[in-house]
Amino acid sequence: MLKQIEGSRAMAEAIALCRPEVICAYPITPQTHIVEGLGELVRDGHLTGCEFINVESEFAALSVAIGASAAGARSYTATASQGLLFMMEAVYNASGLGLPIVMTLGNRAIGAPINIWNDHSDAMSVRDAGWIMLFAETNQEAVDLHIQAFRLAEELSCPVMVNVDGFILTHAVERVDVPDQARVDAYLPPFDPVQVLDPAEPLSMGAMVGPDAFMEVRYLAHHKQMRALERIPELAAEFRAVFGRESGGLVRPYRIDGADTVVVAMGSVMGTVKDTVDALRDAGHAVGALNLCAFRPFPLDDVREALLGARRVVVLEKALAVGMGGILASHVRMALRGFGNRVYTLIAGLGGRPITGDSLADFLRKVEREPHYDVHFLDLKSDVVEAEIARMERTRRAGPIAENVLRRVGAGRAS
Amino acid sequence: MTQTVKFYQTGTLTVGNRLLDSDKRTVQASRNRSNALTCGHRACQGCGEALGARYAIDAAMRAANRDLVCVNATGCLEVFTTPYPETSWQVAWLHSLFGNAAAVASGVAAAMRVKGKATRVIAQGGDGGTTDIGFGCLSGMFERNDDVLYICYDNEAYMNTGVQRSSATPPAARTATTPAVGAAPGNVFGTGKNLPRIAMAHGIPYVATATVADLHDLEAKVTRAMGLHGARYIHILVPCPLGWGAASHDTIRLSRLAVESGLFPLFEAEHGEVTATTPIRRRVPVAEYLKPQKRFAHLFRPDAPGAQEALDRLQAMADANIRRFNLLSAEEAVR
Repeated sequence: MLKQIEGSRAMAEAIALCRPEVICAYPITPQTHIVEGLGELVRDGHLTGCEFINVESEFAALSVAIGASAAGARSYTATASQGLLFMMEAVYNASGLGLPIVMTLGNRAIGAPINIWNDHSDAMSVRDAGWIMLFAETNQEAVDLHIQAFRLAEELSCPVMVNVDGFILTHAVERVDVPDQARVDAYLPPFDPVQVLDPAEPLSMGAMVGPDAFMEVRYLAHHKQMRALERIPELAAEFRAVFGRESGGLVRPYRIDGADTVVVAMGSVMGTVKDTVDALRDAGHAVGALNLCAFRPFPLDDVREALLGARRVVVLEKALAVGMGGILASHVRMALRGFGNRVYTLIAGLGGRPITGDSLADFLRKVEREPHYDVHFLDLKSDVVEAEIARMERTRRAGPIAENVLRRVGAGRAS
Repeated sequence: MTQTVKFYQTGTLTVGNRLLDSDKRTVQASRNRSNALTCGHRACQGCGEALGARYAIDAAMRAANRDLVCVNATGCLEVFTTPYPETSWQVAWLHSLFGNAAAVASGVAAAMRVKGKATRVIAQGGDGGTTDIGFGCLSGMFERNDDVLYICYDNEAYMNTGVQRSSATPPAARTATTPAVGAAPGNVFGTGKNLPRIAMAHGIPYVATATVADLHDLEAKVTRAMGLHGARYIHILVPCPLGWGAASHDTIRLSRLAVESGLFPLFEAEHGEVTATTPIRRRVPVAEYLKPQKRFAHLFRPDAPGAQEALDRLQAMADANIRRFNLLSAEEAVR
C-alpha cells in the first residue's frame, strides 16, 4: 500500500511484516523511531507472537538477540554509531556463531567530537566483522532490503546489517509502498534454523576453538559471504517477481554506457549523484554512476565489470580511514587492480556535512582537466584547517581541537 | 514426618545419604542424575567450580525434567568444559561472550516464551563475569525480572587468566594484580561488591548463597529457585586450589570454614527480604579459614607489617556478617 510515511515508520512496518519473534530495543539517535514504531506495533496487537524487550545497552540488545536466535527465534535489533561500537564484541560473536540476526544501522558519525548526523563511519568500523552489509538508496529500498535481509540471513545462517542513512532516510517522510502480509509471507518462509538450542537434542554452541581448526571456521565464514554474492542477485530477482519492483542486488549502474568518469557511492547520496550525472550529461560530459547496494560481501567482479570502460572512477565515500584515506576507494582499487583506471577518493559528508550537487559537479569537471591526485575532501573549510594547524604549531597548549574549530567557524560566520 | 538424625559424617555436621529416606537424598546420590557436566573435562584437581556447576546443574535438570538450556560466560568453566571438538555438557549449552551471559539467557528465555515452550533457562559464570564485566547485563536481566536463574561460581578472582583481582576478591588476598608486597600487602580493604545483597536490592523473587561443602543445602536452593519464575540469583562459593594456594583436598573443608568463620554467610532472600539463614554451628576464628590458603600467607608471617591489623579487620567483617544475618545458633551462642 502506498503511504506518505516517515522512513523509520515504514521500516518498522516492513520489519513487523517479517514476523520477528524477538526484538531488542535500546535507544540511540537516529534509529529510535524504528524501534519505537515496532514497540507500538507489538503493543497495539498488529505484531503478535513477538517479544519486545527494552534492554539496558546495545551490548545487551545484540546479546539478547544472540540468545533468542540461538534458541530458534527470528531476532531483530537496530542501532547506530556509538551503539554499534558498544556492541562490537557481540557483533563479531553473532557472525562467528552463524546466527541469522537482522539489524538496522541508522548510519551516523562516530565521536569524539560527538555528532549525531549521518556518515558511514559506523558501518565501516565493522566491515570485517562477518556480517552481510547492505546499503539502502531510498526508503523504498530500505523497506525492501529488510524483507530480503531476513530471507538471506536465514538461508545462509549469517547475520545481515541493513544500512540506512541517519536522518536522510530514517527521518524523511516520503512515498513508500509498504507491502501486504500475504506477499511477504510468500517471499519469506518461517525461520528454520540450522542450529538450535534444544533440550531434546542438547548440543554445545560456542566452544573454544584452537589453532587446529580456527582457520577453517574463518574460511567457512568467508565461503558463506561468497555464497551470498550468488544469492543476493537471485533473491533480488525473486523479490521483483513477487513485489514487482527492483530493490537490492549487488550493484546498480546509472547512465554508465560510454561514461569516461563514473562516480561510485553507497546509500542515499545516490540521489544527488544521479541528479549531478544528469546535469553533467546534459552539458555534454560523459559521466555515469555506480551504486553499491552490497558492501559485504564486496562484489569485486561486478564492480570491475561496471567500471572497466571508465577512464576515471570517483569514489564518493562518507567515511575516512584516518591516516590512510578512502575505504570504499581501496575496495574499488582492489576490483580494478591491474587495469589502468584512475581512481579518485572523494571524502564527503562526514558528520552530516551536506553533499551538494554543485560541489560534486565542480569536482567531476575538475578531474576531467587536472592530473590525478588521490584523496580530496569535498567542501573542506581549508582556511579553518590551515589556521588551526598554524596555531597548534605556535602554541604547545593549543587546547581541544573541536572547540577551537567551532570557535573559528563561528567567528567566520559572524564576520 | 520429622526424622531426628544424629549420625553426622565424621567431622562435617553433614548427614550421610544412607541415613536419609530415599526422597531426601541428594540428586548426586541418584543413579538417575543427569551428569550435566560429565567426566573428561580439564578442570584442575579439587576445582570447586566444577563441583558447584555439576551439583547445581544436575539439581536444576531434575527440577526442570531435563528441559533446560544453559548459557555460560567466558571463564574457567567455559574453557575447561569445551575444548573443541569435545564438550563435557550433557545439556543444551551456549557460550557467547564474557560479559553478556545474563543478556543471552534473557534472549533464550524470550525465545522459549514466544514459542510457547516451558524450557527453563540458566545463565552461569564466574565472579569476574558476574560482578565485574557482566554486571550491567546481569542488573538489566534482574531489573526486567526475566525468567532466568543466574548462578555465580565465586572463586574470588580471575582464575582463568592467571589469578587477577576481581571485585569479589576479599581484602588482603594476594592475587597477581594485588601482590603481597609493600606496607599493605594483598587486596585493599574497603572495596569490592557484595553481589547477593545487590541482587536483593533489585527486589527479584529469589536470591541465595551456597557452598560446595553442603550439597543438601546447595541442591535445595537450586530446586527452590527452579520452582520459581522471574529473575533468580544463586551465589556459590567455590574454592580454587590454584588461585587460593590451597591443597586440592581442602576444597570442601575451606568452603565449610568460610561459612563457619562468618566470612561467607548462607542465606535465602525473596523479593529483597531475607527469609532464611543457615546458623553457624561451630564458629571458628577467621584465621582458621585463612591460614591454609597461601593467598593469605603474608598475614601469618612473624613480624609481617600490618598483619595483625588485617586479621582483625577480616575478623570484624566476619563478626559484622554474623550480626547482620544473626548467624549464631542457640547451640553456639551458649558456648
